[in-house]
Amino acid sequence: MEPRPTHQYDVVIVGAGGAGLRAAIEAARQGAKTALLCKSLLGKAHTVMAEGGVAAALANVDDRDNWKVHFRDTMKGGKYLNQWRMAQLHAQEAPERVNELEEWGAVFDRTKDGRILQRNFGGHSHPRLAHVGDRTGLEIIRTLQDKGIHSGIDVFMEFTVRRILISDGAVSGCVGYDREKGAFTVFNAKAVVLATGGIGRCWEVSSNSWEYTADGHALALWAGADLLDMEFVQFHPTGMTWPPSVKGTLITEGVRGEGGVLKNSEGKRFMFNYIPAMFKAEFADTEKEADEWVASVIAGKIPTARRPPELLTRDVVARAIHREVAEGRGAPHGGVFLDIATRRTPEEIKRKLPGMYHQFKQLADVDITTDPMEVGPTCHYTMGGVRVHPETQESTVPGLFAAGEVAAGMHGANRLGGNSLSDLLVFGKRAGEHAAQHAKRSAAHPRIDAAQVEECVKESLLPFERNEGENPYAISEDLQKMMQRKVGIIREDKDLREAIEAIRSLRERARHTKVGGNVQFNPGWHLALDLKNMLDISEAVARAALERTESRGGHTREDHPKTEADWGKVNLVMRLRDGNITLEHVPLEQPPAELKALLEGELSH
Amino acid sequence: MSSTAQLKIFRGDRNGGAMVDYEVPRTPGMVVLDAVHVVQATQAPDLAVRWNCKAGKCGSCSAEVNGKPKLTCMERMDKYPEGTAISIRPMKTFPVIKDLVTDVSWNYAVNKKIPPFKIKEGERKYYQYEADRVQEFRKCIECFLCQNICHVLREHQLKQEFAGPRFLVRVAGLEMHPLDTEDRTELIKDAMGVGFCNITKCCTEVCPESIQITDNAIIPLKERVADRYYDPIRWIARKVFGGNDSRQ
Ligand code: SF4
Ligand code: SF4
Ligand code: FES
Repeated sequence: MEPRPTHQYDVVIVGAGGAGLRAAIEAARQGAKTALLCKSLLGKAHTVMAEGGVAAALANVDDRDNWKVHFRDTMKGGKYLNQWRMAQLHAQEAPERVNELEEWGAVFDRTKDGRILQRNFGGHSHPRLAHVGDRTGLEIIRTLQDKGIHSGIDVFMEFTVRRILISDGAVSGCVGYDREKGAFTVFNAKAVVLATGGIGRCWEVSSNSWEYTADGHALALWAGADLLDMEFVQFHPTGMTWPPSVKGTLITEGVRGEGGVLKNSEGKRFMFNYIPAMFKAEFADTEKEADEWVASVIAGKIPTARRPPELLTRDVVARAIHREVAEGRGAPHGGVFLDIATRRTPEEIKRKLPGMYHQFKQLADVDITTDPMEVGPTCHYTMGGVRVHPETQESTVPGLFAAGEVAAGMHGANRLGGNSLSDLLVFGKRAGEHAAQHAKRSAAHPRIDAAQVEECVKESLLPFERNEGENPYAISEDLQKMMQRKVGIIREDKDLREAIEAIRSLRERARHTKVGGNVQFNPGWHLALDLKNMLDISEAVARAALERTESRGGHTREDHPKTEADWGKVNLVMRLRDGNITLEHVPLEQPPAELKALLEGELSH
Repeated sequence: MSSTAQLKIFRGDRNGGAMVDYEVPRTPGMVVLDAVHVVQATQAPDLAVRWNCKAGKCGSCSAEVNGKPKLTCMERMDKYPEGTAISIRPMKTFPVIKDLVTDVSWNYAVNKKIPPFKIKEGERKYYQYEADRVQEFRKCIECFLCQNICHVLREHQLKQEFAGPRFLVRVAGLEMHPLDTEDRTELIKDAMGVGFCNITKCCTEVCPESIQITDNAIIPLKERVADRYYDPIRWIARKVFGGNDSRQ
């Protein structure tokens, strides 16, 4: 057999969004020979779409902020199902990571006294999001990209990994193909970091880019690693609903941070009816008080009023919108109204939310300085993912690390806005550092099992061998529609069981796809391969969702609407054993006494 | 409501190709990239096109629509009258890989030659008015439409001599960064070849981020080069007193 082209590296990073780039920079800084594999061109990853900001308790705008408040907000937002140590490290290290970006050339918006400006966001007690207008993700990815290219990293663009290679129970590298030629290449590595992002393309209405086909989740599952919290999927409350072309496209939470309000078809600000008991103390119960809060924020003062309920956590707002629509008080195109036009001047809107202004004007013929937007929930983020060690980000497979959205634990049952960009910086760095150290500990490169490589290549090329078969696009569309209906924002037993059945038959169909053309830059073929990831991970989500018979954060059961104390002590873990996905209840790690006290008691502001 | 759109899409690779006709139903709000995706899903699964965000934020989906450089994900189909075919071609300045996908690796090579940000010691405060000017340049989504339209690159293929508007924007963002201390003037003059730009402003016209590439980036850089090489006193004054890049 002809040997496959093989590269040798200490550390291979799969994915070049914020987490992957940050990991690569760190691994290289530790002296590891590092390769960065991007599914797209460098600098195009999904991180560019992050708009609102990066959460870090810099306390530049409100000096009452500190890591403890950020930690508490994160745990509360996650409905206390987070891995406490990750939430703690994240809150403690985020300021350092943001300041470091500034040292690398990032240009954040400024306070009046020349420091990094911070804005308010859902679930954050204080203005905490460092930002650049509404294009913070682009700023972060460009800063990391420009730093990365001078860090001695080898970048392989448009390269898709199909399998993690394992020898003697540990990682030995990975194998994948480049889009241009369709040629398979082996990367022999001492450590592999997954930084592949999320799974949002499994749903019909999604804010996620084409790359979000659950690659890293599936690679980890197939490699034998544990997945955690797969039932928790975040639906962002405000996606565009019209025209069909842009259904699901994100509207930044920043619109509400800047004073935008949600209204139903009766013109009512309905969010006042949906404030959960655990948040009652912190949110305004009258429009007057909410407006006072906005007025003082705009004036640059520290507000004494409580915040508007539009800034409740995403899970709460998304469910409220869903309910308003279900009860017949929706906007014409299946959402509700988001109004900034009557709240701020056209000049302010254009300056603070230029991207949103442009997006609506160009794609929906709506001028947001004069008219309300129509918005509805869109699949946005997965809290579930690879189960990792909180300090090192190593998975349960030695040498396999994960950081960013593909890793689980940091956000518990629901992620706060702004905590994703900080997550990927904090844990990207940690993953890169520990992957490099892991590599240093192993003298020789692990051996590659050629049979694993050939099996992967053979399986990947099957779609070309069939003369008859189905178009992969049709299968992917059916999967997305099915997941939207049955494993969407509100779930129930019957639907979830039907979803699991449906996935079985879709999987059968996916085994018989046919793609025309050849291996060179062939999107139909790429999709045929991605289907396998999407189906396996869809199954994991549906099964975890069926198992958790309560409602919490990004998991809402119509038939089990209450949050149950017992379920608050359990995480669900899934793994692949003998070709089947197994499911296990594991007890939630409990924080030490001093942090527990911090969560239970009121913080000294 | 079942009107249709006629498309002519380039199909081919490095060895050549041809325009192929397709027909897709028009839907409300449809953009050119949607139409390409419909062709992919229903008629030509192997049709190659790049895209990521479908929201004008990643700069992946650049192509020439009826001969004009556009982000296909932001280009509305209803701008084009029914009954006439819309042509969609890959960017002309870069070699075709397949169909609408081009080899833009040259751009990444140029970028790598630019010395990185070098922060000054000590106080790091700066103000929004200083950030504003740099933030304009940092809006760039690297769609390379400006590179595609610039005649120095498109007609004359002077890729060895001229870095192109995208990278003059990038270097302007570094040079005008309030905390940067690197000196790139020689690079701008020699390796980046700022002198090749004859201020036609075609790049500014196609920029989807409305960056004033020529006025705000290229002309000030030309001035810096002129000062350094032909008016050293002004150059020293600027080094010492900082600031003003405009001669008015
Ligand atoms: S202004 Fe200069 S850079 Fe821009 S298109 Fe004209 S010649 Fe090219
Ligand atoms: S400067 Fe404008 S046209 Fe040029 S690459 Fe950047 S965004 Fe595109
Ligand atoms: S797909 Fe991202 S800009 Fe068009």
